[in-house]
Amino acid sequence: MATSAVEHAPPQITSDAKTGLWSWLTTVDHKRIGIMYGVSAFVFFMIGGLEALLLRIQLGSPDSTFLSPDAYNQLFTMHGTTMIFLGVMPLSAMFFNYLIPLQIGARDVVFPRLNAFSFWVFLIGGLVLNASFIFGAAPNAGWFGYANLTSVQYSPGPNTDFWVIGLQILGIASLAAAVNFFVTIINMRAPGMRLLRMPMFCWMSMITQILLLLAFPVITVALVFLMVDRYFGATFFEVAANGDPMLWQHLFWIFGHPEVYILILPPFGIVSEILPVFSRKPLFGYAAMVFSGAFIAVLGFGVWSHHMFATGMGPIADASFGVLTMLIAIPTGVKIFNWIGTIWGGSIQMKTPMYFSLGFIAMFIIGGLSGIMHAAVPADLQQTDTYFIVAHFHYVLFGGAVFAIMAGTYYWTPKMFGFMLSERIGKFQFWLMFIGFNLTFFPMHFLGLHGMPRRVYTYPEGLGFEFWNQVETAGSFVLGASFLVLIWNIVVSKRSGVPAPADPWNGATLEWSIPSPPQEFNFPEVPEVESRDALWAMKRAKGGTLPEPPRVDGSHIHLPNPSVKPLITAIGIGVFFTGFLLGAVWPMPSVTTINLPIILLGLAITAYGIFSWAFEPAE
Amino acid sequence: MRLWSVHSGRGLRLGAMVALLSLAALGCADNYPQTTLSPEGDFARMVDDVFMVTVRWAILVFVVVEGALVYAIFRFRGRPDDPEPKQVHGSTVLEIVWTAVPAIILVLIAVPTIRTIFATAETPPNALVVEVVGHQWWWEFHYPEYGITTANQLHVPVGRTVDFRLSSVDVIHSFWVPRFAGKRDVFPGRETRIWFTAEVAGDFPGQCAEFCGIQHGRMGFRILADDPADFDAWVAAMSAATVAVTVEDSLAVAGEQLFATKACLGCHSFNAASPPPGMIGPNLANIGARTYIAAGMLENTDENMARWIRDPQGYKEGSLMVLPIEVSEAEAQALVAYLRAQQVSAPTVAAGVR
Repeated sequence: MATSAVEHAPPQITSDAKTGLWSWLTTVDHKRIGIMYGVSAFVFFMIGGLEALLLRIQLGSPDSTFLSPDAYNQLFTMHGTTMIFLGVMPLSAMFFNYLIPLQIGARDVVFPRLNAFSFWVFLIGGLVLNASFIFGAAPNAGWFGYANLTSVQYSPGPNTDFWVIGLQILGIASLAAAVNFFVTIINMRAPGMRLLRMPMFCWMSMITQILLLLAFPVITVALVFLMVDRYFGATFFEVAANGDPMLWQHLFWIFGHPEVYILILPPFGIVSEILPVFSRKPLFGYAAMVFSGAFIAVLGFGVWSHHMFATGMGPIADASFGVLTMLIAIPTGVKIFNWIGTIWGGSIQMKTPMYFSLGFIAMFIIGGLSGIMHAAVPADLQQTDTYFIVAHFHYVLFGGAVFAIMAGTYYWTPKMFGFMLSERIGKFQFWLMFIGFNLTFFPMHFLGLHGMPRRVYTYPEGLGFEFWNQVETAGSFVLGASFLVLIWNIVVSKRSGVPAPADPWNGATLEWSIPSPPQEFNFPEVPEVESRDALWAMKRAKGGTLPEPPRVDGSHIHLPNPSVKPLITAIGIGVFFTGFLLGAVWPMPSVTTINLPIILLGLAITAYGIFSWAFEPAE
Repeated sequence: MRLWSVHSGRGLRLGAMVALLSLAALGCADNYPQTTLSPEGDFARMVDDVFMVTVRWAILVFVVVEGALVYAIFRFRGRPDDPEPKQVHGSTVLEIVWTAVPAIILVLIAVPTIRTIFATAETPPNALVVEVVGHQWWWEFHYPEYGITTANQLHVPVGRTVDFRLSSVDVIHSFWVPRFAGKRDVFPGRETRIWFTAEVAGDFPGQCAEFCGIQHGRMGFRILADDPADFDAWVAAMSAATVAVTVEDSLAVAGEQLFATKACLGCHSFNAASPPPGMIGPNLANIGARTYIAAGMLENTDENMARWIRDPQGYKEGSLMVLPIEVSEAEAQALVAYLRAQQVSAPTVAAGVR
């Protein structure tokens, strides 16, 4: 709404609350919301990393008693849940928020208050999940929460209730954000930015939003089933009452496999932005990149049962899901080849974002190849639920997604915060991370093939698991240290770094046409786009470079008002679910006269938030 | 497979690498008793063949693609003041090539994959049926053909296919003996199956492979592949309606009394052929001769057995073996002597512990 309003809106003084806590609590600016996503996701990511280090210490020696079995199970469950829902997804959301409006030439997302709402709900969901640690009752049934282990009978404590409720809260945030970004990309593009002129990051983001919209309702249904089973004695997954634990597996993986692409497609987009800029050459095979991304997304909904080959589905199902899974290698291969095609014949500038992007390709290839090994169903019967799988998905989600997120962090920090990160420290971080990562995760291939199962809190001597586990534990600390180097880099560069010009990398996309950091209204004038790589085209038209864009007075530009209603509504949802959690303790999860008032209070706050939001003037 | 030979000409070097890798893997079997890379049964061998097909292709693709990437990084390194490189936007021919070539490789992987899926789906005829029951966190085995029950130590005859019928009394587990076969999940309220034929005698580890609660990590078992004569002897000894155990020394006699007064027999029976109803703990027939105790996790030494009897929660927190009455060190010694005497036949491990 903000952009379309500019042509006819009368000059209006925008809110003066631009600093201080209140301005952050009420902001609807996509850039500030993006930064809040980034900061909170990074904190959660570090917590998830610490959890991983504790797991690694425990596994560093056989029969270790460093962690109790239950502590181990809580930590591995929270590590997976955190890294997926509170780490990688919201780090991608940081980039969606900050970059999509800038790359498509818009003043904000289409529903700025909904955007704020998504963030606050996400933050509350993350806090609820992690609050479980305070009670020593973090979720302990795995991030996949297989029924019937999650039933009250086998998981009597509140651990699973924290999980089932935390994930429902996070699902609300993801769905609201997905609607917002999908509509934003469809409706808010600058004049001339046809779909096939969009930056590849926007394309991969748009496909991700479609995946979110289709996958999250499924996990929501599964979580509601589980919650109703636990709280109200329903029997969806209760064998004794003809319920079926397999139902959970199907529902979970129909969500869970697309979720993998939700995690990896935005990183695909990030490196597809960075490789051309640092090769000084456009993305190779733009259309092939778009369609392969879309094809991966479609196939992603047809391969869920490859997580279930060991359940004995029968040869027809095994063969079908195996072959469909193999097919995914084709569009994924197309992407990798096009990335190599992009740098091939270029003039490669080895800046830190490029290090991480090239590291991403190198590591993702390994993860892709082990993926094909699992698609060979008989071979998967040996690999599934072993460390071979742990190796595989860390190569795609860490070697892939996290390397790309690091690339994006180094690439866009100058734009977001107006200072350059140190190249020297950045390259040091890259090598530390690259070495630490491979030391930690490559030996897991060997351990898995030599028979070490996943999710075991310890292993006995004599199975030959000691040596590689020691190497991995050592590697994990190198990997952990690389993130301290990142923090060090941010602190040092912020304090004494070089101020960032508008376009430090000779960028191809519109975010580099405005000052760093951008002004609240993004673009003083809505840009006109005539081709792909819009900024390169503009620079060429002016003989190669553009003058540094000035900061201008934007007081005449009409922006949405800040609003506290999204936060109130999010708090209402938090109270509602916390009410259920208060009933999760002894003797069994229930709604009683003690927690019912809190649930109703949450509903009332939510209702108040929504109605006052609806009647609040948006602009 | 003809296309493969076309490619293999290109990859002689790779062939050598693969050979080295396989050799290393095979040589490792002694150090890695639970390895998937050294199959000792037909099912695992078929699986391993498919796996090696994928490994060969993966190594080839890895070398070619990573090689191209690294080459490009060094070959096309530029400096900021270099002229702008040629602005190439793509190539339809290349797109077709790098769509088609992976597709062909995938077909070459899919063919043996599908063939093996169907080949492993059918249980060969004349198989010995063994019912496997998963418990939190131990394994129960029934032999309906012989009417005997045992726990945590499975005996199978070398050379005869075993048809496993899997079920669980509580949550989902997964039955896995890497040297003989892949995994099969074990469900409550649903029977699943897997089969294999052991080809070599020996004592091999197996382990639960589906997260099943607090002690998933210590839900192992042993599988003893016996030469047919040894197997028959074991079956005969286990089948005797009353197990003939001679309790000679006084310590063991004291242990027998403690087994009752400490309420052990409320959950455990030594009768493999017709245990009394309501035995919720593992059947202990032949416990004195088993190679491992505590669900395949502790070697069956007197020391380990005493440790386990005195403090099962110390080794296996959350285990359903909660002592109703405390056991002193001296009492534990007596119980160990009694349990050690529970040997239905001479130790059956012909090939030694692997």
